[in-house]
Amino acid sequence: MTTLVQEQDDHDEHHAIPTGIKRWLYTTNHKDIGTLYLWFAFIMFLIGGAMAMVIRAELFQPGLQIVEPHFFNQMTTVHGLIMVFGAVMPAFTGLANWMIPLMIGAPDMALPRMNNLSFWILPFAFLILLMSLFMEGGGPAFGWTFYAPLSTTYSGDSTALFVFSVHIMGISSIMGAINVIVTIWNMRAPGMTWMKMPLFVWTWFITAFLLIAVMPVLAGVVTMVLTDKFFGTSFFDAAGGGDPVMFQHIFWFFGHPEVYIMILPAFGVISAIVPTFSRKKLFGYSSMVYATASIALLSFVVWAHHMFTTGMPVFGELFFMYCTMLISVPTGVKVFNWVATMWRGSISYEVPMLFAIAFIILFTIGGFSGLMLAITPADFQYHDTYFVVAHFHYVLVTGAIFSIIAGTYYWLPKWTGVMYDVTLARAHFWCSLISVNLLFFPMHFVGLAGMPRRIPDYSIQFADFNQWISIGGFAFGLSQLIFLALLIKACRKKGKPVDTQVWEGAEGLEWQVPSPAPYHTFDKPPEIK
Amino acid sequence: MKNKVSILQISISLILSNVFSFAFAAESSEPMPLNMTRGVTSISADVYDLHMQIFLICTAIGVVVFGLMFWAMFFHRKSNGHKAANFHESVKVEIAWTVIPFIILIVMAIPATKTLIAMEDASEPDLSILVTGSQWKWHYKYMDHDIDFYSILATPTEQINNQWAKGKNYLLEVDRPLVIPTGKKVRFLMTSDDVIHSWWVPDFAVKKDANPGFINEAWTNVDVPGIYRGQCAELCGKDHGFMPVVVIAKEPAEFELWLSQDVSRRQAAKEEEQRLLAMNMSFDELMAEGERAYMAKCAACHQPNGMGLPGVFPGLAGSAIAVGDIKQHIEVVINGVGGTAMQAFGKQMTKKEMAAVITYERNAWGNNTGDLVQVKDIFEFMQNN
Amino acid sequence: METKPDNKKLIYRLCIAVAFMFGFGFALVPLYDVFCQITGINGRVVVNASEDELQTVDESRLVTVEFITRIANGNNMTFEALTKRVQLHPGQLSEVAFTVKNPSDVQAYAQAIPSVSPGQASLFLNKTECFCFQQQELEANETVTYPMKFYLDRDLPHSISLLTVSYTLYKVGTGAVVSVSQEGKRNVESL
Repeated sequence: MTTLVQEQDDHDEHHAIPTGIKRWLYTTNHKDIGTLYLWFAFIMFLIGGAMAMVIRAELFQPGLQIVEPHFFNQMTTVHGLIMVFGAVMPAFTGLANWMIPLMIGAPDMALPRMNNLSFWILPFAFLILLMSLFMEGGGPAFGWTFYAPLSTTYSGDSTALFVFSVHIMGISSIMGAINVIVTIWNMRAPGMTWMKMPLFVWTWFITAFLLIAVMPVLAGVVTMVLTDKFFGTSFFDAAGGGDPVMFQHIFWFFGHPEVYIMILPAFGVISAIVPTFSRKKLFGYSSMVYATASIALLSFVVWAHHMFTTGMPVFGELFFMYCTMLISVPTGVKVFNWVATMWRGSISYEVPMLFAIAFIILFTIGGFSGLMLAITPADFQYHDTYFVVAHFHYVLVTGAIFSIIAGTYYWLPKWTGVMYDVTLARAHFWCSLISVNLLFFPMHFVGLAGMPRRIPDYSIQFADFNQWISIGGFAFGLSQLIFLALLIKACRKKGKPVDTQVWEGAEGLEWQVPSPAPYHTFDKPPEIK
Repeated sequence: MKNKVSILQISISLILSNVFSFAFAAESSEPMPLNMTRGVTSISADVYDLHMQIFLICTAIGVVVFGLMFWAMFFHRKSNGHKAANFHESVKVEIAWTVIPFIILIVMAIPATKTLIAMEDASEPDLSILVTGSQWKWHYKYMDHDIDFYSILATPTEQINNQWAKGKNYLLEVDRPLVIPTGKKVRFLMTSDDVIHSWWVPDFAVKKDANPGFINEAWTNVDVPGIYRGQCAELCGKDHGFMPVVVIAKEPAEFELWLSQDVSRRQAAKEEEQRLLAMNMSFDELMAEGERAYMAKCAACHQPNGMGLPGVFPGLAGSAIAVGDIKQHIEVVINGVGGTAMQAFGKQMTKKEMAAVITYERNAWGNNTGDLVQVKDIFEFMQNN
Repeated sequence: METKPDNKKLIYRLCIAVAFMFGFGFALVPLYDVFCQITGINGRVVVNASEDELQTVDESRLVTVEFITRIANGNNMTFEALTKRVQLHPGQLSEVAFTVKNPSDVQAYAQAIPSVSPGQASLFLNKTECFCFQQQELEANETVTYPMKFYLDRDLPHSISLLTVSYTLYKVGTGAVVSVSQEGKRNVESL
């Protein structure tokens, strides 16, 4: 790798690449940091997944078998926090670090040292969160949504660690978002106009603004939780003139845009993959950009659809119902555009495309259940049941995570210079696809039949379905070990070397650099046609 | 060839993994309903119809979109020799698929709005019940009658811990269900003593949060007599999964009968308490009764072995309160401790139970204080403080 | 690179945006109160006395107002509404009374937190005098009767014919805080 340092280098940070641990600790290279983010996200995905396995093992049968309810609540809470803040968000940041400079023809991210910092504080955030599980009284047990007063007056002392770790995660995300915006704004190669940017760059650009808008609000609300619990304020305590429902308003003001933070970059990934393997330009590029922007804007006026049962005036419920329903229009436009891209294309089914197709179908199913949840009167029946669990896992697992996996398969040959093991990859796809549906599809029925979420034990009518769900869960968990094996193999460069143009139909600057992508790319800005 | 297989596999695996779960459900002894309940009120029927309507519209859209997609996936394959077309935008089509969904949304919004407005009917009810959630039980108070009681999970711990076979209504049974009349508008006022709970009975399509310090309201008008079961629907701490709601709807005449019986039952309980005031219970009696009441009301937090959950719920074995001043102990049990999870049990237990529980706590798990607390001690404390 | 100064300006602006949004998170607290006063979410009641503007009484309809009293955990006082329900015309001034008894041998402070259902009705409930406006001081073993004067706005929607006012009484303030925290501490010590 060291031989790849290019002659025209005039930046002083471009010395020979240090080796060993120092390379990774001190790196300011966007590719190294991207790799770090992606591995970190994958490790967190496995840890959060292990917690899901504990949850599914306990729910395999009615009755309490394996864990105590209090520990069960810690598992659901930390599973949620790790998957949202530790797996999905860092994975997308990793993809952004790797691909945005390559896609816009920039030599690196705009703020490389901050980039290093924003990654390296993350492991500490999650170390703190995970260590809190070993405290007396256990870790946070109030759900990842930490509703007050359960998270204030009625929580354990580990709440302080929870707040601290969320603060660090937030700082990391904000720094990452600033970096993305500055890079995209200032470092595009000459000729790379706004409306020529690949959609992945566009979706991340918009996501970064969402992050800057809402992560500080999250920081604010956890700070209020901290002071309510430890310093005698009463933001959320009725006794001192506060209101616990206000917590939910502030939390979901962050929480709903957060949902789109986790799905918009996924749209970008899919919009890169589908045209490549359909050998046809993306249908409706500009409408994709506008749809993304309108989803982002609408996400600020729908937060209270998470809170229909808290007792809102009718006109409030109607307003939030209508706005929420409206989101399905731009989202629908995206799905239609992807289908139209495939229409009369010349489609082939490499593994990234398989995951992308699964994404489109399964994410749309998640979208349908989302639309059903938006209907306020029906939401009174769905709210806080497994129907909701099914909905957001379709959107986040077969949505966000499938797109991350699809993107990884798509760009992995470019990163490593070798083709991944196709047999393993196909096995990974089919095992994941079947098990993930066995895992989440029956949850719709269990929820409609009336099983509340976040319970460690359930009435016997739900037993059979839960057994199947658990089997699906274990199978899905094991399937990801195939992915782990494949990634290790690819990173050790075991496989067939690939050309610059890895995929026949792929377009974009990232396919103009050699495979594997050299340590420094685009020191001279590329020509944009 | 390989590609052909993979497309088929996509569709087959999607269908199979879904059908499997159906097939399995049929084998179970008492099959779980696969859809939302239609319920027993006109509102719940409206909600069910709304749910089915939206579901069918979504399914229809799904069939069209996925149908086109599968068509392309099958016929527009490279391995079929299909050459890619060159179009990548069409203003007409794009406008169409923005406007048509919008119209479909309006079609959905109209019945949804109607149902929602019907739900918010604020007209005067025939009966009002104050529903108070607390960690992990419900309290019902009939506003126009002198009746109030706690409703606690009745499933024995042995069933939960898999020592006994599980009953038919496992986790959905309580010691004292709420009783309401049929054919009358019953209004529920919801509030909470500690964290947020949510009172949910699927058959009424009523789910409303109980917020500490605030009141919310919901109402129902049940058509069919019967027993209806639900659960707390908002994570409320350790035993969130163990606070069911059971409502019995009775014909108005039977409901009146129940009301009068309840009054005489309470009268009898009061007389019994007067009788107990005059007598001293023996240590063994108090300990036996105390253990029973402790397991039912206290063990969820302080644990059966009195050790509590360190860092969450304090233990009682050797605690300053359980071996210290008796008055202090009685005060904490009766009034609870503000700003903590310790509830005021003065209104949840009979005086006899409180006397027994305090005696038990002061003598179990090595707390050998030898103290005896009698019903009259509790009575005196309540009189004087 | 000539983009460097440009970067600084952009970063500066983005940091301001972050700081602004952090502030906005906290600004949501007063904003929420304003929002509640406009919409009546959660039946939060204005905690200031209304002007005693005498409205003409709307004698065409009668509205029932119910009162619920609740005691918060850890409060040993008794708290009762002497009038459980009243019927009145919108615009008509009415007076009800509540008693609070402090059974302990020390002085204590209490704060009543009001809530109205349906929430929308809180916009039309005007209190000219209420013990809930401030903390109440109770001497040892004292029983106090507090009057509460209110009227319903004539604009109360016709769909509302029954409204419920609940008061939850918390033990607070200088005297109470000490005893609460001592109790809390004792509880912690008993670990």
